Amino acid sequence: MGSRCLLLLAALALWSCGVCTSVARAAEAGDLTRWNEIRPLIFGAAEIENGEGIIALDAPTRAEDAAVVPISIVALAPQSPDRFIAKVSLVIDENPAPLVAVFHLTPLNGSATLSTRVRVNDYTNIRAIAQMSDGKLVMVSRYMKAAGGCSAPASKDQQAALARLGKMKMIPPERVMSGQPSVFHLLISHPNNSGLQFDQMSRNYIPAHYIKLIQITFDGQPVLTVEPNISISEDPSFHFAWVTDHSGTFEVKAVDSRDTVFTGSFPVTVAPGS
Amino acid sequence: MRSLLFLFLIIGSVLLTFSAWADSLSVTSIAPGVYVHFGKQEDAFPFNRGDIANLGFIVGDNSVAVIDTGSSPYLGDQLKRAVRSVTNLPIRYVINTHVHPDHVLGDVSFVGTDTVFVGNARLSAALQARGPYYMNALPRTVGEDDAKGAQVIAPTLSVQDETTLDLGGRKIVLKSWPTAHTDNDLTVWDAATQTLFASDLLFVNRIPVLDGNLSGWLSDLEGMAAIPAKLVVPGHGPLVTEWPQGLSDQRRYLTVLRDDVRAVIAHHGTMEQAMDSACLGEKDKWLLFGLYNRRNVSAAFAELEWE
Repeated sequence: MGSRCLLLLAALALWSCGVCTSVARAAEAGDLTRWNEIRPLIFGAAEIENGEGIIALDAPTRAEDAAVVPISIVALAPQSPDRFIAKVSLVIDENPAPLVAVFHLTPLNGSATLSTRVRVNDYTNIRAIAQMSDGKLVMVSRYMKAAGGCSAPASKDQQAALARLGKMKMIPPERVMSGQPSVFHLLISHPNNSGLQFDQMSRNYIPAHYIKLIQITFDGQPVLTVEPNISISEDPSFHFAWVTDHSGTFEVKAVDSRDTVFTGSFPVTVAPGS
Repeated sequence: MRSLLFLFLIIGSVLLTFSAWADSLSVTSIAPGVYVHFGKQEDAFPFNRGDIANLGFIVGDNSVAVIDTGSSPYLGDQLKRAVRSVTNLPIRYVINTHVHPDHVLGDVSFVGTDTVFVGNARLSAALQARGPYYMNALPRTVGEDDAKGAQVIAPTLSVQDETTLDLGGRKIVLKSWPTAHTDNDLTVWDAATQTLFASDLLFVNRIPVLDGNLSGWLSDLEGMAAIPAKLVVPGHGPLVTEWPQGLSDQRRYLTVLRDDVRAVIAHHGTMEQAMDSACLGEKDKWLLFGLYNRRNVSAAFAELEWE
Protein backbone atom coordinates (compact mmCIF):
# COMPACT_ATOMS: atom_id res chain seq x y z
CA MET A 1 0.00 0.00 0.00
CA GLY A 2 1.62 3.25 -1.11
CA SER A 3 1.90 6.17 1.27
CA ARG A 4 -0.38 8.27 -0.87
CA CYS A 5 -3.02 5.60 -0.63
CA LEU A 6 -2.68 5.54 3.15
CA LEU A 7 -3.00 9.28 3.31
CA LEU A 8 -6.19 9.07 1.32
CA LEU A 9 -7.44 6.43 3.72
CA ALA A 10 -6.59 8.65 6.66
CA ALA A 11 -8.37 11.58 5.08
CA LEU A 12 -11.37 9.39 4.37
CA ALA A 13 -11.49 8.19 7.99
CA LEU A 14 -11.43 11.78 9.17
CA TRP A 15 -14.14 12.83 6.77
CA SER A 16 -16.42 10.03 7.84
CA CYS A 17 -15.73 10.87 11.51
CA GLY A 18 -16.82 14.39 10.76
CA VAL A 19 -20.01 13.09 9.21
CA CYS A 20 -20.72 10.87 12.24
CA THR A 21 -20.23 13.60 14.83
CA SER A 22 -22.39 16.12 13.04
CA VAL A 23 -25.54 14.37 14.18
CA ALA A 24 -28.51 16.68 13.99
CA ARG A 25 -30.60 17.38 17.07
CA ALA A 26 -33.66 15.84 15.46
CA ALA A 27 -35.67 12.96 16.84
CA GLU A 28 -34.48 9.51 15.94
CA ALA A 29 -36.69 6.53 15.20
CA GLY A 30 -38.25 5.30 18.43
CA ASP A 31 -37.61 8.57 20.28
CA LEU A 32 -40.64 9.07 22.53
CA THR A 33 -39.58 12.28 24.33
CA ARG A 34 -41.98 14.56 22.50
CA TRP A 35 -44.83 12.04 22.38
CA ASN A 36 -44.66 11.59 26.15
CA GLU A 37 -45.19 15.36 26.49
CA ILE A 38 -47.99 15.62 23.93
CA ARG A 39 -49.96 12.48 24.74
CA PRO A 40 -51.47 13.52 28.12
CA LEU A 41 -52.40 16.93 26.68
CA ILE A 42 -54.47 15.35 23.92
CA PHE A 43 -55.68 12.06 25.36
CA GLY A 44 -55.31 12.45 29.13
CA ALA A 45 -54.72 9.14 30.86
CA ALA A 46 -56.79 7.08 28.38
CA GLU A 47 -55.23 3.83 27.29
CA ILE A 48 -54.16 3.63 23.65
CA GLU A 49 -53.93 0.18 22.09
CA ASN A 50 -51.98 -1.00 19.07
CA GLY A 51 -54.02 -0.17 15.98
CA GLU A 52 -52.41 -2.61 13.54
CA GLY A 53 -55.07 -4.49 11.64
CA ILE A 54 -57.59 -1.67 12.19
CA ILE A 55 -55.86 1.30 10.56
CA ALA A 56 -52.65 1.89 8.60
CA LEU A 57 -50.66 5.02 7.89
CA ASP A 58 -49.58 5.51 4.30
CA ALA A 59 -46.75 8.06 4.27
CA PRO A 60 -43.35 8.35 2.60
CA THR A 61 -40.28 7.37 4.63
CA ARG A 62 -38.75 10.70 3.68
CA ALA A 63 -40.72 13.89 3.08
CA GLU A 64 -40.09 14.91 -0.54
CA ASP A 65 -41.20 18.49 0.02
CA ALA A 66 -41.44 19.73 3.62
CA ALA A 67 -44.39 21.96 2.68
CA VAL A 68 -46.56 19.35 0.97
CA VAL A 69 -46.34 15.75 2.16
CA PRO A 70 -49.29 13.62 1.05
CA ILE A 71 -50.39 11.09 3.69
CA SER A 72 -53.32 8.70 4.07
CA ILE A 73 -54.92 7.10 7.08
CA VAL A 74 -56.25 3.85 5.72
CA ALA A 75 -59.16 2.10 7.46
CA LEU A 76 -58.80 -1.67 7.13
CA ALA A 77 -62.46 -2.48 7.90
CA PRO A 78 -65.60 -0.80 6.52
CA GLN A 79 -67.65 1.60 8.66
CA SER A 80 -70.69 -0.23 9.98
CA PRO A 81 -73.39 1.11 12.33
CA ASP A 82 -72.38 -1.26 15.15
CA ARG A 83 -68.62 -0.72 14.82
CA PHE A 84 -67.03 2.28 13.16
CA ILE A 85 -64.21 4.78 13.52
CA ALA A 86 -65.74 7.89 15.10
CA LYS A 87 -62.71 10.12 15.27
CA VAL A 88 -59.16 10.18 13.91
CA SER A 89 -56.39 12.35 15.35
CA LEU A 90 -53.28 12.95 13.28
CA VAL A 91 -50.10 13.82 15.21
CA ILE A 92 -46.65 14.87 13.97
CA ASP A 93 -44.51 14.78 17.12
CA GLU A 94 -41.78 17.26 16.18
CA ASN A 95 -43.90 19.89 14.45
CA PRO A 96 -44.48 23.22 16.25
CA ALA A 97 -48.19 22.33 16.33
CA PRO A 98 -48.12 18.52 16.72
CA LEU A 99 -51.88 17.85 16.67
CA VAL A 100 -52.25 18.30 12.91
CA ALA A 101 -55.99 17.64 12.62
CA VAL A 102 -58.93 15.85 14.22
CA PHE A 103 -61.42 14.22 11.85
CA HIS A 104 -64.97 13.34 12.96
CA LEU A 105 -66.61 10.56 10.92
CA THR A 106 -69.92 8.70 10.78
CA PRO A 107 -71.00 5.14 9.78
CA LEU A 108 -72.34 6.64 6.55
CA ASN A 109 -68.82 7.35 5.29
CA GLY A 110 -68.68 3.67 4.32
CA SER A 111 -64.91 3.82 4.74
CA ALA A 112 -62.97 5.89 7.26
CA THR A 113 -59.98 6.19 4.92
CA LEU A 114 -58.77 9.80 4.77
CA SER A 115 -55.98 11.60 2.91
CA THR A 116 -54.49 15.01 3.44
CA ARG A 117 -51.25 16.95 2.89
CA VAL A 118 -49.09 18.12 5.76
CA ARG A 119 -46.04 20.17 6.60
CA VAL A 120 -43.18 18.18 8.12
CA ASN A 121 -40.63 20.33 9.95
CA ASP A 122 -38.08 17.79 11.09
CA TYR A 123 -37.20 14.13 11.50
CA THR A 124 -40.27 12.92 13.35
CA ASN A 125 -42.71 10.24 14.36
CA ILE A 126 -46.09 10.61 12.72
CA ARG A 127 -49.17 8.98 14.30
CA ALA A 128 -52.81 8.29 13.61
CA ILE A 129 -55.00 7.63 16.63
CA ALA A 130 -58.50 6.32 15.93
CA GLN A 131 -61.32 6.46 18.44
CA MET A 132 -63.67 3.56 17.81
CA SER A 133 -67.45 3.82 18.24
CA ASP A 134 -67.12 2.06 21.64
CA GLY A 135 -64.67 4.75 22.78
CA LYS A 136 -61.56 2.58 22.53
CA LEU A 137 -58.39 4.32 21.23
CA VAL A 138 -55.98 2.62 18.83
CA MET A 139 -52.81 3.97 17.26
CA VAL A 140 -50.38 3.32 14.42
CA SER A 141 -47.20 5.32 13.90
CA ARG A 142 -44.34 5.74 11.44
CA TYR A 143 -41.03 7.48 11.47
CA MET A 144 -40.40 10.04 8.76
CA LYS A 145 -37.23 11.83 7.73
CA ALA A 146 -37.39 15.53 6.99
CA ALA A 147 -37.04 16.78 3.43
CA GLY A 148 -33.51 17.58 2.33
CA GLY A 149 -32.00 20.42 0.37
CA CYS A 150 -33.75 23.70 -0.06
CA SER A 151 -37.24 22.49 0.84
CA ALA A 152 -39.04 24.31 3.68
CA PRO A 153 -42.48 23.99 5.27
CA ALA A 154 -43.41 27.44 3.94
CA SER A 155 -45.30 28.96 1.04
CA LYS A 156 -43.84 28.73 -2.46
CA ASP A 157 -45.66 31.74 -3.79
CA GLN A 158 -46.98 33.96 -1.01
CA GLN A 159 -48.80 36.36 -3.35
CA ALA A 160 -50.56 33.64 -5.33
CA ALA A 161 -51.69 31.95 -2.11
CA LEU A 162 -53.44 35.10 -0.92
CA ALA A 163 -54.81 36.00 -4.35
CA ARG A 164 -57.06 32.93 -4.55
CA LEU A 165 -57.93 32.87 -0.81
CA GLY A 166 -61.17 31.03 -0.08
CA LYS A 167 -61.67 29.37 -3.47
CA MET A 168 -63.03 25.87 -3.04
CA LYS A 169 -63.25 22.73 -5.17
CA MET A 170 -64.90 19.36 -4.70
CA ILE A 171 -63.62 16.77 -7.15
CA PRO A 172 -65.86 13.68 -7.41
CA PRO A 173 -64.67 10.28 -8.67
CA GLU A 174 -65.27 9.69 -12.38
CA ARG A 175 -68.42 7.69 -11.47
CA VAL A 176 -70.35 7.88 -8.19
CA MET A 177 -71.82 4.39 -7.72
CA SER A 178 -75.08 4.01 -5.79
CA GLY A 179 -74.68 2.48 -2.32
CA GLN A 180 -70.88 2.15 -2.52
CA PRO A 181 -68.18 4.27 -0.85
CA SER A 182 -66.99 6.96 -3.29
CA VAL A 183 -63.89 9.04 -2.62
CA PHE A 184 -64.32 12.81 -2.92
CA HIS A 185 -61.54 15.39 -2.89
CA LEU A 186 -62.08 18.73 -1.15
CA LEU A 187 -59.61 21.56 -1.80
CA ILE A 188 -59.75 24.95 -0.10
CA SER A 189 -57.36 27.67 -1.22
CA HIS A 190 -55.87 29.27 1.85
CA PRO A 191 -52.28 30.24 2.82
CA ASN A 192 -52.66 28.35 6.13
CA ASN A 193 -49.82 30.45 7.55
CA SER A 194 -48.07 29.22 10.64
CA GLY A 195 -47.67 32.57 12.40
CA LEU A 196 -44.15 31.48 13.30
CA GLN A 197 -42.53 34.01 11.00
CA PHE A 198 -40.85 37.05 12.50
CA ASP A 199 -41.33 40.35 10.70
CA GLN A 200 -38.03 42.18 11.02
CA MET A 201 -39.58 45.54 10.10
CA SER A 202 -42.34 45.55 12.75
CA ARG A 203 -40.37 43.40 15.25
CA ASN A 204 -43.48 41.27 15.66
CA TYR A 205 -44.56 37.80 14.71
CA ILE A 206 -46.84 37.77 11.68
CA PRO A 207 -50.19 36.53 13.08
CA ALA A 208 -51.17 32.99 12.18
CA HIS A 209 -53.79 32.72 9.45
CA TYR A 210 -55.17 29.22 9.01
CA ILE A 211 -58.33 27.17 8.59
CA LYS A 212 -59.56 26.02 12.01
CA LEU A 213 -62.83 24.25 11.17
CA ILE A 214 -64.37 22.49 8.17
CA GLN A 215 -67.90 21.05 8.20
CA ILE A 216 -69.19 18.98 5.30
CA THR A 217 -72.83 17.88 5.01
CA PHE A 218 -74.77 16.01 2.31
CA ASP A 219 -78.41 17.10 2.00
CA GLY A 220 -78.19 18.22 5.63
CA GLN A 221 -76.59 15.02 6.96
CA PRO A 222 -73.15 15.34 8.63
CA VAL A 223 -70.41 13.82 6.45
CA LEU A 224 -67.11 14.95 7.93
CA THR A 225 -65.95 17.57 10.39
CA VAL A 226 -62.26 18.51 10.46
CA GLU A 227 -60.45 20.58 13.07
CA PRO A 228 -57.14 21.32 11.33
CA ASN A 229 -54.25 23.61 12.27
CA ILE A 230 -51.07 25.13 10.85
CA SER A 231 -49.44 21.74 10.19
CA ILE A 232 -51.85 21.21 7.30
CA SER A 233 -50.28 22.37 4.00
CA GLU A 234 -51.18 25.56 2.20
CA ASP A 235 -54.40 25.05 0.22
CA PRO A 236 -55.77 22.38 2.58
CA SER A 237 -56.68 19.16 0.78
CA PHE A 238 -58.81 16.27 2.07
CA HIS A 239 -59.95 13.02 0.50
CA PHE A 240 -62.88 11.32 2.24
CA ALA A 241 -65.42 8.62 1.47
CA TRP A 242 -69.21 8.87 1.31
CA VAL A 243 -72.01 6.46 0.47
CA THR A 244 -75.24 7.61 -1.13
CA ASP A 245 -77.99 5.93 -3.13
CA HIS A 246 -79.32 9.22 -4.50
CA SER A 247 -78.03 12.39 -6.11
CA GLY A 248 -77.74 15.34 -3.75
CA THR A 249 -75.56 18.24 -2.67
CA PHE A 250 -72.49 18.61 -0.48
CA GLU A 251 -72.42 21.84 1.53
CA VAL A 252 -68.99 22.87 2.82
CA LYS A 253 -68.37 25.50 5.47
CA ALA A 254 -64.82 26.46 6.42
CA VAL A 255 -63.85 28.95 9.12
CA ASP A 256 -60.37 30.43 9.45
CA SER A 257 -58.50 31.86 12.43
CA ARG A 258 -59.81 35.36 11.61
CA ASP A 259 -63.36 33.94 11.75
CA THR A 260 -63.78 34.47 8.02
CA VAL A 261 -66.31 31.92 6.73
CA PHE A 262 -65.96 30.29 3.31
CA THR A 263 -68.74 28.21 1.84
CA GLY A 264 -69.22 25.97 -1.17
CA SER A 265 -72.06 23.95 -2.62
CA PHE A 266 -71.34 20.89 -4.77
CA PRO A 267 -74.05 18.79 -6.45
CA VAL A 268 -73.34 15.06 -6.79
CA THR A 269 -74.96 12.90 -9.44
CA VAL A 270 -75.17 9.17 -8.84
CA ALA A 271 -74.29 7.23 -12.00
CA PRO A 272 -77.51 6.06 -13.69
CA GLY A 273 -78.20 2.34 -13.45
CA SER A 274 -75.46 1.88 -10.85
CA MET B 1 1.92 -1.18 9.98
CA ARG B 2 -0.62 -0.04 12.56
CA SER B 3 1.70 2.69 13.87
CA LEU B 4 2.35 3.79 10.29
CA LEU B 5 -1.38 4.12 9.74
CA PHE B 6 -1.66 6.11 12.96
CA LEU B 7 1.13 8.42 11.78
CA PHE B 8 -0.66 9.03 8.52
CA LEU B 9 -3.88 9.71 10.38
CA ILE B 10 -2.11 12.48 12.27
CA ILE B 11 -0.47 13.86 9.13
CA GLY B 12 -3.82 13.69 7.38
CA SER B 13 -5.58 15.60 10.12
CA VAL B 14 -2.85 18.27 10.17
CA LEU B 15 -3.06 18.65 6.39
CA LEU B 16 -6.83 18.87 6.48
CA THR B 17 -6.78 21.49 9.22
CA PHE B 18 -4.17 23.44 7.31
CA SER B 19 -6.11 23.26 4.08
CA ALA B 20 -9.23 24.47 5.88
CA TRP B 21 -7.40 27.60 6.95
CA ALA B 22 -5.34 28.32 3.90
CA ASP B 23 -7.63 27.46 1.02
CA SER B 24 -9.87 29.70 -0.89
CA LEU B 25 -12.53 28.49 -3.27
CA SER B 26 -11.29 27.66 -6.74
CA VAL B 27 -12.54 30.31 -9.12
CA THR B 28 -12.37 30.53 -12.89
CA SER B 29 -12.14 33.79 -14.79
CA ILE B 30 -14.77 33.25 -17.49
CA ALA B 31 -14.49 36.78 -18.94
CA PRO B 32 -12.48 39.92 -18.04
CA GLY B 33 -13.34 40.76 -14.43
CA VAL B 34 -15.92 37.97 -14.13
CA TYR B 35 -15.14 35.04 -11.83
CA VAL B 36 -17.11 31.88 -11.06
CA HIS B 37 -16.76 29.06 -8.58
CA PHE B 38 -18.51 26.00 -9.97
CA GLY B 39 -20.12 23.96 -7.17
CA LYS B 40 -20.42 20.19 -7.22
CA GLN B 41 -23.46 18.61 -8.86
CA GLU B 42 -24.57 17.04 -5.59
CA ASP B 43 -27.01 17.58 -2.76
CA ALA B 44 -25.56 19.36 0.30
CA PHE B 45 -23.93 17.07 2.87
CA PRO B 46 -21.17 17.48 5.45
CA PHE B 47 -18.78 15.48 3.23
CA ASN B 48 -19.02 18.04 0.43
CA ARG B 49 -19.38 20.94 2.89
CA GLY B 50 -22.48 22.09 1.04
CA ASP B 51 -20.30 23.26 -1.85
CA ILE B 52 -23.01 22.65 -4.45
CA ALA B 53 -24.02 25.99 -5.97
CA ASN B 54 -22.24 28.20 -8.47
CA LEU B 55 -20.95 31.40 -6.84
CA GLY B 56 -19.34 34.36 -8.54
CA PHE B 57 -18.11 37.92 -8.45
CA ILE B 58 -17.68 40.80 -10.84
CA VAL B 59 -14.87 43.34 -10.46
CA GLY B 60 -15.31 46.97 -11.56
CA ASP B 61 -12.88 49.92 -11.38
CA ASN B 62 -13.79 50.82 -7.81
CA SER B 63 -15.79 47.97 -6.28
CA VAL B 64 -16.77 44.33 -6.40
CA ALA B 65 -20.18 42.64 -6.50
CA VAL B 66 -20.42 39.12 -5.12
CA ILE B 67 -23.17 36.90 -6.52
CA ASP B 68 -24.34 34.33 -3.94
CA THR B 69 -22.27 33.25 -0.96
CA GLY B 70 -22.66 29.49 -0.51
CA SER B 71 -24.18 27.17 2.09
CA SER B 72 -22.27 28.27 5.19
CA PRO B 73 -20.02 30.90 6.80
CA TYR B 74 -17.17 28.53 5.98
CA LEU B 75 -17.88 28.78 2.24
CA GLY B 76 -18.54 32.52 2.57
CA ASP B 77 -15.08 32.97 4.11
CA GLN B 78 -13.54 30.89 1.36
CA LEU B 79 -15.27 32.92 -1.31
CA LYS B 80 -14.13 36.15 0.31
CA ARG B 81 -10.55 34.86 0.24
CA ALA B 82 -10.98 34.03 -3.43
CA VAL B 83 -12.05 37.63 -4.08
CA ARG B 84 -9.04 38.88 -2.13
CA SER B 85 -6.71 36.71 -4.19
CA VAL B 86 -7.86 38.71 -7.23
CA THR B 87 -8.44 42.26 -5.97
CA ASN B 88 -8.30 44.49 -2.89
CA LEU B 89 -11.21 46.69 -4.03
CA PRO B 90 -14.08 46.93 -1.54
CA ILE B 91 -16.87 44.35 -1.82
CA ARG B 92 -19.70 46.89 -2.09
CA TYR B 93 -22.55 44.55 -3.09
CA VAL B 94 -23.58 41.06 -2.06
CA ILE B 95 -26.31 39.90 -4.40
CA ASN B 96 -28.50 36.97 -3.35
CA THR B 97 -30.18 35.42 -6.37
CA HIS B 98 -32.89 33.75 -4.21
CA VAL B 99 -33.72 32.42 -0.76
CA HIS B 100 -32.22 28.91 -0.91
CA PRO B 101 -29.63 28.10 1.76
CA ASP B 102 -26.88 27.02 -0.65
CA HIS B 103 -26.94 30.58 -2.04
CA VAL B 104 -27.35 32.79 1.05
CA LEU B 105 -25.95 31.22 4.22
CA GLY B 106 -22.42 32.48 3.54
CA ASP B 107 -23.69 36.08 3.63
CA VAL B 108 -22.50 36.68 7.19
CA SER B 109 -18.87 36.51 5.99
CA PHE B 110 -19.41 39.74 4.02
CA VAL B 111 -21.17 41.87 6.63
CA GLY B 112 -19.48 45.26 6.87
CA THR B 113 -20.47 48.89 7.31
CA ASP B 114 -20.44 49.60 3.57
CA THR B 115 -21.79 46.30 2.27
CA VAL B 116 -25.15 46.46 0.54
CA PHE B 117 -27.13 43.19 0.48
CA VAL B 118 -29.27 43.04 -2.64
CA GLY B 119 -32.20 40.81 -3.52
CA ASN B 120 -35.55 40.46 -5.23
CA ALA B 121 -38.22 42.57 -3.48
CA ARG B 122 -39.84 39.31 -2.28
CA LEU B 123 -36.60 37.89 -0.86
CA SER B 124 -37.06 39.47 2.56
CA ALA B 125 -40.44 37.78 3.18
CA ALA B 126 -39.12 34.45 1.94
CA LEU B 127 -36.09 34.67 4.26
CA GLN B 128 -38.40 35.37 7.19
CA ALA B 129 -40.60 32.40 6.38
CA ARG B 130 -37.79 29.94 5.68
CA GLY B 131 -34.71 31.26 7.49
CA PRO B 132 -35.38 29.65 10.90
CA TYR B 133 -36.05 26.31 9.25
CA TYR B 134 -32.85 26.46 7.16
CA MET B 135 -30.83 27.45 10.23
CA ASN B 136 -32.23 24.47 12.13
CA ALA B 137 -31.31 22.07 9.32
CA LEU B 138 -27.86 23.57 8.66
CA PRO B 139 -25.77 21.43 11.07
CA ARG B 140 -27.26 18.40 9.36
CA THR B 141 -26.53 19.63 5.84
CA VAL B 142 -23.03 21.10 6.20
CA GLY B 143 -21.83 19.76 9.57
CA GLU B 144 -21.83 21.47 12.96
CA ASP B 145 -18.47 23.23 12.56
CA ASP B 146 -19.22 24.79 9.19
CA ALA B 147 -22.66 25.88 10.40
CA LYS B 148 -21.25 27.88 13.29
CA GLY B 149 -21.96 31.61 13.15
CA ALA B 150 -24.47 31.35 10.32
CA GLN B 151 -27.03 34.14 10.15
CA VAL B 152 -29.86 35.12 7.86
CA ILE B 153 -29.01 38.58 6.54
CA ALA B 154 -31.96 40.74 5.46
CA PRO B 155 -31.51 42.52 2.12
CA THR B 156 -30.85 46.26 2.37
CA LEU B 157 -31.55 46.98 -1.30
CA SER B 158 -34.65 45.49 -2.90
CA VAL B 159 -35.08 45.05 -6.64
CA GLN B 160 -38.72 45.50 -7.73
CA ASP B 161 -38.19 45.13 -11.45
CA GLU B 162 -34.72 46.15 -12.60
CA THR B 163 -31.87 47.96 -10.84
CA THR B 164 -28.50 48.97 -12.27
CA LEU B 165 -25.43 48.91 -10.02
CA ASP B 166 -22.27 50.85 -10.96
CA LEU B 167 -19.05 49.08 -9.97
CA GLY B 168 -16.96 51.88 -11.53
CA GLY B 169 -16.67 51.84 -15.31
CA ARG B 170 -18.86 48.77 -15.28
CA LYS B 171 -22.62 48.56 -14.91
CA ILE B 172 -24.50 45.43 -13.99
CA VAL B 173 -28.25 45.06 -14.37
CA LEU B 174 -30.22 43.13 -11.76
CA LYS B 175 -33.62 41.81 -12.76
CA SER B 176 -36.36 40.32 -10.56
CA TRP B 177 -38.49 37.72 -12.35
CA PRO B 178 -42.10 36.62 -11.92
CA THR B 179 -42.34 33.53 -9.65
CA ALA B 180 -40.56 30.55 -11.22
CA HIS B 181 -37.86 28.48 -9.44
CA THR B 182 -38.84 30.45 -6.31
CA ASP B 183 -40.96 33.58 -5.77
CA ASN B 184 -37.77 35.65 -5.41
CA ASP B 185 -35.50 34.83 -8.37
CA LEU B 186 -33.04 37.49 -9.55
CA THR B 187 -30.56 37.47 -12.45
CA VAL B 188 -27.43 39.54 -13.00
CA TRP B 189 -26.41 40.87 -16.42
CA ASP B 190 -22.90 42.14 -17.07
CA ALA B 191 -23.30 44.18 -20.24
CA ALA B 192 -19.54 44.64 -20.78
CA THR B 193 -18.97 40.92 -21.37
CA GLN B 194 -22.55 39.90 -22.21
CA THR B 195 -22.50 37.49 -19.31
CA LEU B 196 -25.75 36.41 -17.63
CA PHE B 197 -25.77 35.00 -14.11
CA ALA B 198 -29.01 33.07 -14.53
CA SER B 199 -29.44 32.11 -10.85
CA ASP B 200 -31.40 28.88 -10.30
CA LEU B 201 -33.69 29.90 -13.14
CA LEU B 202 -31.26 27.66 -15.04
CA PHE B 203 -30.05 24.18 -14.09
CA VAL B 204 -27.68 22.38 -16.45
CA ASN B 205 -27.30 18.56 -16.25
CA ARG B 206 -28.69 18.58 -12.68
CA ILE B 207 -32.47 18.18 -12.46
CA PRO B 208 -34.22 21.56 -11.97
CA VAL B 209 -35.92 22.02 -8.60
CA LEU B 210 -39.41 23.52 -8.60
CA ASP B 211 -40.04 25.59 -5.48
CA GLY B 212 -42.11 28.41 -6.99
CA ASN B 213 -44.42 28.25 -9.98
CA LEU B 214 -44.12 25.92 -12.98
CA SER B 215 -46.14 27.96 -15.45
CA GLY B 216 -44.25 31.07 -14.37
CA TRP B 217 -40.94 29.33 -14.92
CA LEU B 218 -41.84 28.22 -18.45
CA SER B 219 -42.84 31.77 -19.25
CA ASP B 220 -39.68 33.26 -17.68
CA LEU B 221 -37.59 30.95 -19.87
CA GLU B 222 -38.95 32.71 -22.95
CA GLY B 223 -37.81 36.04 -21.51
CA MET B 224 -34.40 34.63 -20.71
CA ALA B 225 -34.02 33.12 -24.17
CA ALA B 226 -34.34 36.63 -25.62
CA ILE B 227 -31.28 37.91 -23.74
CA PRO B 228 -28.31 38.26 -26.15
CA ALA B 229 -25.92 36.39 -23.86
CA LYS B 230 -22.52 35.09 -24.90
CA LEU B 231 -21.93 33.38 -21.58
CA VAL B 232 -24.51 32.09 -19.11
CA VAL B 233 -23.67 30.93 -15.60
CA PRO B 234 -26.39 28.56 -14.36
CA GLY B 235 -27.15 28.27 -10.65
CA HIS B 236 -26.00 24.66 -10.89
CA GLY B 237 -23.92 23.10 -13.67
CA PRO B 238 -21.21 24.06 -16.15
CA LEU B 239 -20.85 27.32 -18.07
CA VAL B 240 -23.18 27.69 -21.05
CA THR B 241 -21.69 29.18 -24.22
CA GLU B 242 -24.53 28.51 -26.67
CA TRP B 243 -27.57 30.63 -25.93
CA PRO B 244 -30.52 30.16 -25.96
CA GLN B 245 -29.85 26.50 -26.91
CA GLY B 246 -28.46 26.04 -23.40
CA LEU B 247 -31.89 26.17 -21.85
CA SER B 248 -33.64 23.71 -24.15
CA ASP B 249 -33.11 20.61 -21.94
CA GLN B 250 -34.59 22.38 -18.96
CA ARG B 251 -37.52 23.67 -21.01
CA ARG B 252 -38.20 20.11 -22.18
CA TYR B 253 -38.18 18.70 -18.63
CA LEU B 254 -40.48 21.41 -17.29
CA THR B 255 -42.85 20.95 -20.23
CA VAL B 256 -43.02 17.17 -19.70
CA LEU B 257 -43.60 17.79 -15.99
CA ARG B 258 -46.50 20.13 -16.74
CA ASP B 259 -48.07 17.85 -19.35
CA ASP B 260 -47.73 14.63 -17.31
CA VAL B 261 -49.16 16.20 -14.16
CA ARG B 262 -52.02 17.82 -16.07
CA ALA B 263 -52.91 14.40 -17.53
CA VAL B 264 -53.16 12.83 -14.06
CA ILE B 265 -55.29 15.71 -12.79
CA ALA B 266 -57.57 15.45 -15.82
CA HIS B 267 -58.28 11.81 -14.87
CA HIS B 268 -59.05 12.76 -11.25
CA GLY B 269 -55.83 11.06 -10.12
CA THR B 270 -54.08 11.82 -6.83
CA MET B 271 -50.82 13.57 -6.07
CA GLU B 272 -49.28 10.23 -5.09
CA GLN B 273 -50.29 8.67 -8.42
CA ALA B 274 -48.67 11.58 -10.23
CA MET B 275 -45.51 11.26 -8.11
CA ASP B 276 -45.23 7.60 -9.11
CA SER B 277 -45.73 8.15 -12.82
CA ALA B 278 -44.77 11.62 -14.09
CA CYS B 279 -41.57 12.35 -16.04
CA LEU B 280 -40.19 8.82 -15.87
CA GLY B 281 -38.89 9.22 -19.44
CA GLU B 282 -36.57 11.94 -18.13
CA LYS B 283 -34.95 9.65 -15.54
CA ASP B 284 -31.65 9.04 -17.32
CA LYS B 285 -31.26 12.58 -18.58
CA TRP B 286 -30.61 14.30 -15.23
CA LEU B 287 -28.32 14.07 -12.24
CA LEU B 288 -30.17 13.73 -8.88
CA PHE B 289 -33.40 12.73 -10.65
CA GLY B 290 -34.24 10.28 -7.84
CA LEU B 291 -33.91 12.96 -5.18
CA TYR B 292 -35.99 15.66 -6.79
CA ASN B 293 -38.40 14.42 -9.45
CA ARG B 294 -41.10 13.25 -7.03
CA ARG B 295 -40.82 16.51 -5.15
CA ASN B 296 -41.15 18.50 -8.38
CA VAL B 297 -44.25 16.50 -9.26
CA SER B 298 -45.89 17.20 -5.88
CA ALA B 299 -45.16 20.91 -6.23
CA ALA B 300 -46.48 20.97 -9.81
CA PHE B 301 -49.56 19.04 -8.79
CA ALA B 302 -50.42 21.44 -5.94
CA GLU B 303 -50.12 24.31 -8.41
CA LEU B 304 -51.82 22.87 -11.48
CA GLU B 305 -54.88 21.52 -9.69
CA TRP B 306 -55.98 25.18 -9.36
CA GLU B 307 -55.82 25.84 -13.14
